[in-house]
Amino acid sequence: MQETISFAPQLGQSTIAQWLWLIPAVPILASGVIAVSKQPRRKTASALAIGSLGFSLLLALIAFAHVLSGWMNGEAVRETANFTWIQVGTSHVDLGWVLDPLSAVMLVMVTFVGLLIFIYSTGYMAHDENYTRFFCFLSLFAGAMLGVVIANSILLLFMCWELVGLTSYLLIGFWYQKPSAAAAAKKAFLTTRVGDVFFLLGIVWLFGQTGTLLFYNGGAGSMESHALLGLLLERSAFGLSAAGAIGLLIFAGAAGKSGQFPLHVWLPDAMEGPTPVSALIHAATMVAAGVYLIARVYPLMQAGALAGGTTTALTVVTWVGAFTAVFAALIAVAQNDIKRILAYSTVSQLGYMMAGLGMGGVAVGMFHLITHAFFKALLFMGAGSVIHGCHEEQDIRRMGGLKSTMRVTFLTYSTGMLALCGFPLLFSGFWSKDGILEAAQHFSLSKGPFYMLVFGALLTAFYMTRQMSYVFFGNYRGHGHAHESPKSMTMPLAILAFFAIALGAIGTPAWPWFRAFLESKAVSFEWSGFSEPGLMALMGTSTVVVLLGLSLGWWLYGNRSPRADEPDVLEAAAPLPWKWLSDRLYVDEFYGLTVIAFYSWWARVADWFDRRVWGGIVAAVAWVFSWWAQLNRFLDANVVDGSFDKGCEELSTGGGLLSRVQSGRVQTYLRLLALAVIVLAAILIWSSRA
Amino acid sequence: MNPSVNPLTGYLLVAALLFAIGLAGALTRRNAILVLIGIELMLNAANLNLIAFWRYGPHPEALTGMMFAIFSIAVAAAEAAVGLGLVIQIHRHAKTTDLDAMNRMKG
Repeated sequence: MQETISFAPQLGQSTIAQWLWLIPAVPILASGVIAVSKQPRRKTASALAIGSLGFSLLLALIAFAHVLSGWMNGEAVRETANFTWIQVGTSHVDLGWVLDPLSAVMLVMVTFVGLLIFIYSTGYMAHDENYTRFFCFLSLFAGAMLGVVIANSILLLFMCWELVGLTSYLLIGFWYQKPSAAAAAKKAFLTTRVGDVFFLLGIVWLFGQTGTLLFYNGGAGSMESHALLGLLLERSAFGLSAAGAIGLLIFAGAAGKSGQFPLHVWLPDAMEGPTPVSALIHAATMVAAGVYLIARVYPLMQAGALAGGTTTALTVVTWVGAFTAVFAALIAVAQNDIKRILAYSTVSQLGYMMAGLGMGGVAVGMFHLITHAFFKALLFMGAGSVIHGCHEEQDIRRMGGLKSTMRVTFLTYSTGMLALCGFPLLFSGFWSKDGILEAAQHFSLSKGPFYMLVFGALLTAFYMTRQMSYVFFGNYRGHGHAHESPKSMTMPLAILAFFAIALGAIGTPAWPWFRAFLESKAVSFEWSGFSEPGLMALMGTSTVVVLLGLSLGWWLYGNRSPRADEPDVLEAAAPLPWKWLSDRLYVDEFYGLTVIAFYSWWARVADWFDRRVWGGIVAAVAWVFSWWAQLNRFLDANVVDGSFDKGCEELSTGGGLLSRVQSGRVQTYLRLLALAVIVLAAILIWSSRA
Repeated sequence: MNPSVNPLTGYLLVAALLFAIGLAGALTRRNAILVLIGIELMLNAANLNLIAFWRYGPHPEALTGMMFAIFSIAVAAAEAAVGLGLVIQIHRHAKTTDLDAMNRMKG
């Protein structure tokens, strides 16, 4: 019945769209207030942070409801509020925000997950000295992330993007007394900077080509058909259109933020930060910003798609995503740090999202983003709870048997784990991952990504089972007694666990609500959705793969209690590949030998150049001037002064001689006078005579 | 001396002699009073010239030379009075009339 409604673009602007800026502004304001409040005011800080984010959540829900009601009435809601920030001559820099299904969904996710993590942090960070500073940064992060989400101007997006990067840096290095945390913060900042430089280039190019920074502006925005057509006609190097090249540049930025190979190296190290930070920033929200960015500029990425429905930019996104998915999953198998395993898992899942975006479109990638945000936040917070319970132990070999001592954590963690593995039917991860696999199956260029992603799914199930067995089964091998975490930590876990299951309901093939909502289409509930050709086979395959991974993991690790110094089962079987994997496939070492070595070589060259060449030139100039000065001094002393002195001396001698005449004796004068008169008389007489 | 010569020449010669004596006295003496006396001699030589030029000049009846001489003698008297007054003051002050010793204002 809803098919009859045509989804017409909605005109006009609602109140909520006008006030959308409050969503990021309130947490940023709260962060400012916390920043100036004193360190011991812990209660104020956390109350402000939680209160402001709660307010944002409320607004986000209103915005979501607004979009939802518009959608139900058959409107394609996309409301923007733009304004000119800087006017220079005829060109102007515009900022603005947009309310559409994409931003509405993301707003609700970020505020909701963020709020739960804020509450969780009050428990996790309860004993930390810098509790106030922590909430200040968290609040700033939440505001900046929400700014990324609502931005309708690529410049505003970039500004918030960098703010998010800054808070990520601040929070990874929160315990800056630890050298490893400080180094990890630096690494994260610098690595994402590599991507951001390309992103900025893309922004400048896009602005130069289209003359607007806005995504949507009633037909004049850069993501609208007129501008895209112009971008397609403009050719750039390698036979790419400008649209494709800009898309690739923006993807480089997204790859940096979302930890895609080869810029993924910072994300596992980022686990040096407090666990709530890992959950919020490095699992649920910030790393997803790259995926969100690609979804936001999807019209650009997709511009000029051929019959196969793909473009160069999207193909690159797909391959990078698929490769990252497998690559990171492989490394995750051989890690022993509970958070590091999850970090590599995050990298891998971000690869899935990218691949989903590249092959299946916005809805596929975004659905995995949303479900992943919930279950990965759940897993990280569960890991935080485990670490807390095991007295700050992070090595999974020193845990074990926690299923009886940490009941709530165990149950919620296993929910998250099954959702991550994509356990069939019940869990949200299954449906979102299936969407990606289905898109991969229909990918026209190659079957490669499909096989890679299936293999990745197998690995995911395997390494998560390994982790679960180490942590929750067998005997406790750590020190002291493990204990369950406080309510403020377990409550958010339970809520997230509920969503890790429930969210699957909105993305099943029978009722693809999420996809329809994002794409502004009608949706109805039909069992026939399952009967699409190949779908059942695909679900079967993925079920088999997941079960295979789970049982393989259980067979190898289940219920054993290996001692910490005992080699891993796989390590005993294949020591060399294991070493490669546990050494993270030497990407860091590779960078150390290439990029960093080149940099330090270059720095040394520059230093040498500075000292020898530039310094030499400066020294030579200085020497020449000094020599010149010496010469001048010599000339001054001997020629100028000499002649002057000589002249003075002569004057003085002459004066001395003359002054002898000026003796002051009148008689001498008179004598001279008389002499002169006589001479004068003589001359007169002589002349008259002649 | 040739008698056919104008008697003026004799007067002029005497005056020149007197002037030369006065000049020599004024230039060579160290005593201020003797220098003044030398100056008086030169003045009187000049007066003698004035009278002689008047008496044997073209208009002896006009009394011009006489007038000059009388003025000159009056001025010389005043001058001698001032000069002697100065010399006396200096002598009181410095106990000397030696001109070479009077060098306090030498720069």
